[in-house]
Parts: sequence; C-alpha cells; structure tokens
Amino acid sequence: MSNKIELTTPLSTEDVEKLNIGDKVFLNGIIYTGRDAAHKRLIDLLNEGKELPIDVKGQIIYYMGPSPAKPGNPIGSAGPTTSYRMDAYAPKLIELGMKGMIGKGNRALEVIEAMKKYKAVYLGATGGAGALIAKSIKKAEIVAYEDLGPEAIRKLEVEDFPVVVINDTKGNDLYVEGAKKYSKE
Amino acid sequence: MREVHTDEITNVVRDLFMDANCNLGEDVLAAFDHAIEKDESPVAREVMKELKENARIAREENSPICQDTGLAVLFVELGQDVHIIGGNFKDAINDGVRQGYMEGYLRKSACDPFSRKNTGDNTPAIIHLEIVPGDKIKIMAVPKGGGAENMSRVNMLTPAVGIEGVKDFVVNRVKESGSNPCPPTVIGVGIGGTFERSALLAKKALLRKIGDRNPDPEIAKAEEEVLDRINKLGIGPMGYGGNTTSLDIFFEVEPCHIASLPLAVNIQCHASRHKEAII
Ligand code: SF4
Repeated sequence: MSNKIELTTPLSTEDVEKLNIGDKVFLNGIIYTGRDAAHKRLIDLLNEGKELPIDVKGQIIYYMGPSPAKPGNPIGSAGPTTSYRMDAYAPKLIELGMKGMIGKGNRALEVIEAMKKYKAVYLGATGGAGALIAKSIKKAEIVAYEDLGPEAIRKLEVEDFPVVVINDTKGNDLYVEGAKKYSKE
Repeated sequence: MREVHTDEITNVVRDLFMDANCNLGEDVLAAFDHAIEKDESPVAREVMKELKENARIAREENSPICQDTGLAVLFVELGQDVHIIGGNFKDAINDGVRQGYMEGYLRKSACDPFSRKNTGDNTPAIIHLEIVPGDKIKIMAVPKGGGAENMSRVNMLTPAVGIEGVKDFVVNRVKESGSNPCPPTVIGVGIGGTFERSALLAKKALLRKIGDRNPDPEIAKAEEEVLDRINKLGIGPMGYGGNTTSLDIFFEVEPCHIASLPLAVNIQCHASRHKEAII
C-alpha cells in the first residue's frame, strides 16, 4: 500500500491497470464534475439514444458540488460527495469508457464489477477537506446543465489533485482491507 | 420585559452561520491532534493531518471547511421576558440564514423533496424553539451536512433489550455507515421520550464539546464503552482503516412510555460545526 503516483488525464486502460488499492495518486489535467441530478440527465440522454454533452472516454468524473467561488478564486470549497447515490448510473458510463470516479464512501457490487470488466478505478478524495482540495483546482468552467447550480457539470483543470485508490481494476476494496487490518473486534 | 429588535436576531444568525462554516471548534481540532499522534495507521494519520490543514486554510481564508455547508439547523432558547419587536421572529431567523449563505459564499443545499428544485437561499431554516426563564435569547447554529445525516436512524426498540440493546444498535449503525459519513464522526444518541423527541435529543447531543461526559455516571460509562467499541471497528478516518472512527459519542436520556424504548442515532461528520451566541 501507499505508492505515490502521478497521472495526467485522459487515462488509458494501462494507466488504471497499474493502480492498486491504497496508492496515493496525484491527478493533473482535466476532470469533470457531476452529482445525482446531472447523472440522471446523462443516463436519460443515453436511454433516448442521444449524444452526451461531454465525451466520457478516458475521463474521470468527480462527484462534487462546490460552494460558490469568492471573487478572484476559480472555485469555492470543493470536496467529494457520497458516491452511492451515483451507483445506479455509474456502470453505464464505465461501459462507455469512463476510466475513473472520484468520491467518498462505498460502491455497489455492480459498480465494482463494471470497473473490473471495463477497467476503471474508484478514487477517494478526503471528504470534508473542501478548502484544501480547492487549492489544486486551477480553473473551473460550467460545460452543461447550468440550471442545476452547484450540481451543474463543470470542467476542472487540476494540478496535483490528491486521491487514494479505493477500488482497483482487480476487484479489491480499500474499505474492506483497511478495516480488516485495523479491526480489533 | 426586555425588547429585542428582529434586526439584531437576523444579524446574529447571519454571523453565526458564516462563523460556524469557516471556524472549526477548538475541541474538534484538539481531537484531530490526538488522532495524528495516536492512530496506528500511517494512512489515517495522513488523513488527519489533511483535515487539520484544511481547517487552518478555512479559518485563515474565511472559506467553508466543507463545500456542503448544510441545512441551517437552529436551537433557540427564548427567554420568557423577551418582547420581540420589529417583525416576525421566524422571518428574522430565515433572513439571517439567507444573508449568511449569500454573503459568506456558502452553498445553498435546500431543495424540494421530489422535484429537487433548489429553494435558492438555503431557507427554510430548521428551528427548534424552547421558552426558558429570563430575558435573553440564546441561539445555537448548526449547519448540518447531508452525508452524515443520511446515515442517521430512529428505531423503536423493545424495552426488554435494555441498555445493551441500545449499545449494540449504535455500534452497528456506525459499522454499517462505514466510510459514508466522513469519519471520524461524532455520534449523538437520543434515548427515551417519543419517536420525534428521541431524534431531537440526538441532534441536540451534537452540541456538546468533545470529551464532555453525561453527568449520570452509568450513562457516562456506557458512552465510553460504546466509543471504545466503535474505535475497534477498524474503519478509521475516511474509512481507509485505522483506530479513529469516532471522535466522541454523547448520550441524552429522558423518560419514555412504559411500552417503548425510542432510540435515535444522529451521525455528525468530522466537520462538526456549531456556534452559539446570546442576545
Ligand atoms: S459528511 Fe460532513 S464533511 Fe462529509 S461532505 Fe458531508 S458535510 Fe462535508
């Protein structure tokens, strides 16, 4: 556990295959944000056979809705939201080539299976560290669903954005292994 | 009768929410330091250092600790010798919330339960009002985030399960919540009263300071025992594994119906934000 790795988006299958649970990864490049409401719209579009407003291939979606930016700052506080609310939508996007998700909290079995099958990873950002995480976001721009306010899809330019690998492409789970290691029950 | 103008109430509420969202309490920060020193897991210690650094940035830059700046929950103790002038008391509080969330660049998270349409200004506030003796108004502001709130539960236990049943339920709730409520958490436990009263007791328990024990020695012992059991679950900060799953747990106990044993567990994240003021 605990290798330090730098990655730049978009990610390839090889990029994510070399990651293991517990690895600390610093992300660079572009990542997109999306929460429940935006995910629902994306999946509705797919169900209607329409094109998505963003190409998810090789990309990472960060489950996050920021607080408003103060004048002069690209973004307000910007920590992760709880991921299970996106579980119903994630497998479809992984199938389309999405390579990573950033959030906090456990994922459903179907999501973990999809990550294994189509080679993607689930990355954890430190929940509640919104002021600190905002420091690694250099630019933010709304690219879809502006009417959703904090839930709009944003394109973020990040530098050394810190995450930890929670689910790798081999089906391992840091939440399970971490608790096992330190449990004294 | 002492007169208090609604403008003053509005201003105090506004300032409290801005302050609570940007400045974490000293008791919570001290608990972070303790974990940085004591947790066995290197990953856990690193997460705790990040949380400490995050709190420092938030305080210095006056930016919110967490982007989820919560629904605006208030506990108000209104002295019975206060006469409120200038307008409607509830409107004054909601105006304070509106102004605080606008001026403080705080996220507005209140929405319609079904259409999910945002109300736009984080109102309505959740106001718990109590009339008390005296001519002062005490206002406690608690911005409550969604992640930890979603892991909270009320359960009507069978009286026969007793305190052991209560302890088991609380430990299990924390275990099942896992990494979702942003551990290390603070746990408020309301025991007794009625269905809704237990939930209120659990929420109010979150206002206590870390390290503060229930005055009843039996209950205090139960708090310590449950905290110890929780921290042996291994969940750790952010669920990455470690010995710091909860920073503290607070039990509040009141009489209940002879047929019931209501129990509420209100989970609070490490962003355990609350501030109070007296007018
Ligand atoms: S649970 Fe608390 S710390 Fe975590 S995202 Fe929600 S409000 Fe922030």
